[in-house]
Amino acid sequence: MTDILRVDMLTRHFGGLAAVSNVGLRLAEGELVGLIGPNGAGKTTVFNLLTGVYPPSAGTITFSRDGRELALGGRKPDVVCRAGIGRTFQNIRLFKDLTVLENVEIALQQNHRYSLAASFFRLPPFARTEALVREESMELLALMGLAKVAGEQARNLPYGDQRHLEIARALATRPTLLLLDEPAAGMNPAETAELTGLIARLRTEFGLTILLIEHDMSLVMKICERIYVLDHGVVIASGSPGEVRANPRVIEAYLGEEV
Amino acid sequence: MANPMVRTLLTRGVPLLLLYAVVLAGLNLGLIDDYLMATIATLCINIVLAVSLNLITGFTGQFSLGHAGFMAIGAYTTGLITIAVPTVPGFIAGLLAGGLLAALVGFLIGLPTLRLRGDYLAIATLGLAEIIRILLNNVEFTNGAAGLAGIPQMMDWNWFFILTVGSVLLIRNFLRSSHGRNAIAVREDEIAAESIGVDATRAKVLSFTVGAFFGGLAGGMYASYFYFIKPDTFGFLKSIDILVIVVLGGLGSLSGSVIAAVLLAAISTVLQQFTAVRMILYALLLVIIMVFRPQGLMGSREVSLRIVGRLFTRKPTEPDEPEATR
Ligand SMILES: Nc1ncnc2c1ncn2[C@@H]1O[C@H](COP(=O)(O)OP(=O)(O)OP(=O)(O)O)[C@@H](O)[C@H]1O
Ligand SMILES: [Mg+2]
Repeated sequence: MTDILRVDMLTRHFGGLAAVSNVGLRLAEGELVGLIGPNGAGKTTVFNLLTGVYPPSAGTITFSRDGRELALGGRKPDVVCRAGIGRTFQNIRLFKDLTVLENVEIALQQNHRYSLAASFFRLPPFARTEALVREESMELLALMGLAKVAGEQARNLPYGDQRHLEIARALATRPTLLLLDEPAAGMNPAETAELTGLIARLRTEFGLTILLIEHDMSLVMKICERIYVLDHGVVIASGSPGEVRANPRVIEAYLGEEV
Repeated sequence: MANPMVRTLLTRGVPLLLLYAVVLAGLNLGLIDDYLMATIATLCINIVLAVSLNLITGFTGQFSLGHAGFMAIGAYTTGLITIAVPTVPGFIAGLLAGGLLAALVGFLIGLPTLRLRGDYLAIATLGLAEIIRILLNNVEFTNGAAGLAGIPQMMDWNWFFILTVGSVLLIRNFLRSSHGRNAIAVREDEIAAESIGVDATRAKVLSFTVGAFFGGLAGGMYASYFYFIKPDTFGFLKSIDILVIVVLGGLGSLSGSVIAAVLLAAISTVLQQFTAVRMILYALLLVIIMVFRPQGLMGSREVSLRIVGRLFTRKPTEPDEPEATR
């Protein structure tokens, strides 16, 4: 299998703090990989580096799509997104004052463009494209169980639905690699179980490769094929869930917590 | 009336045409004197200015403090061209050239400043408007500080109606398209917008350029109606006047901008009799409104002409399509 993502020696400093240092990751096409670690380990920072929110201080990010390799280090987030990497945010960043439908439409419309003239004068491409975008958005919402609330303001959704909407919006960009930052945060065990099934289903349905940050070990251990463990910005272990769970350095990092 | 286009035309068009006819009748019957017509003209110009600034500041979230600068570019361009070619085609060419030149200047100032996160645009536009004013004060062919006089008066109520309604409609169409939604997404959360593939710089520059175009157009309308322009008309205070209308109406509400422009025109007409305390009362009213409605009169909501239109078409009420402008 070919690697869809190769990360080498990825490093990011914030002032004197090395939030991420010399991180290496490999993701094969179709894999579901976990990225875990204690609070402040640098997991979200890795996502922010991968998606161009911050430029790396050092290191390389290579993403391949359709047999072509793209060097993504330091590219802008929209460029990374169009290359095929979608993401969600740990601290939910929906367009809160827009409707659920609009949140997805904005992501989807990036692949369905029409001219400025068409928008000013409502020329035929406008109506045609808008209808298409709306239809595809509704399909995605239905898949995520959000069709009923399509007209609601995103801010009015319950927490769990907001997390679902973040995933729907990321999927609307038609990614091949999906980065999920703590998708189960704030969910109760029943919701987490439902989400676990959903992630597995989306992966096959959309042919996705997924990199998942999660604190909920039941979710991680259940669906991840491989896991990277980050602590103080450094990868301290990687391997299958079983290997990682037994690794003494991991146990130490979690201070004896049940892993 | 099954055709939605026909219904839209009726519900929105009927009240507008009625408004058009009432003013036209008033003019023909001599009920609207020169003074009142000048107020109507100022109102129309302010609507175009406020709606175009709202596109930039309210919908795209970029603070621009130099909208009067674009107005100046449009006013002088239209003025000079209609003086050279005092015909209707010359006037139309002047308006278009004024808008396009303003858009070009907007693009050139927006491109470097809007790449950056933060309110660099506010400073840049503030400087730009001042530079334009100082240039116009000192350049020979615009007649310097004395101002440009004798511009053929082409603007009349017909033109005001067409240009004002047309501008609002075009900006509304822009906002309710993928281009407008990109801009709104950037205002809502720039990082999130970029993470789903929105080119934030492009979206901001586009809104700003479109806003600048209509700012220039409004300047052309001004020059052609008041037939005398001088650089100081388009100073910092004019930019603030426009911003006041936008904030008062509600950032992110087109109908709010229109309502606020009408309200302020009405207030200043009424206050005209209290010359001495006029400005104090005006400022006081603004303060009172902003204390009780800090989000502006309309917040970010819209009212539609359809509400008025239904009174005429007597269609049974049906659910609105979502007024999806925010
Ligand atoms: N923009 C920033 N500026 C300064 N420091 C930052 C910034 N972003 C992250 N950090 C620091 O980098 C370190 C790693 O943070 P990060 O958010 O990546 O951790 P995390 O593993 O995602 O933690 P959590 O599990 O709590 O989400 C932390 O010490 C954090 O304070
Ligand atoms: Mg985190």
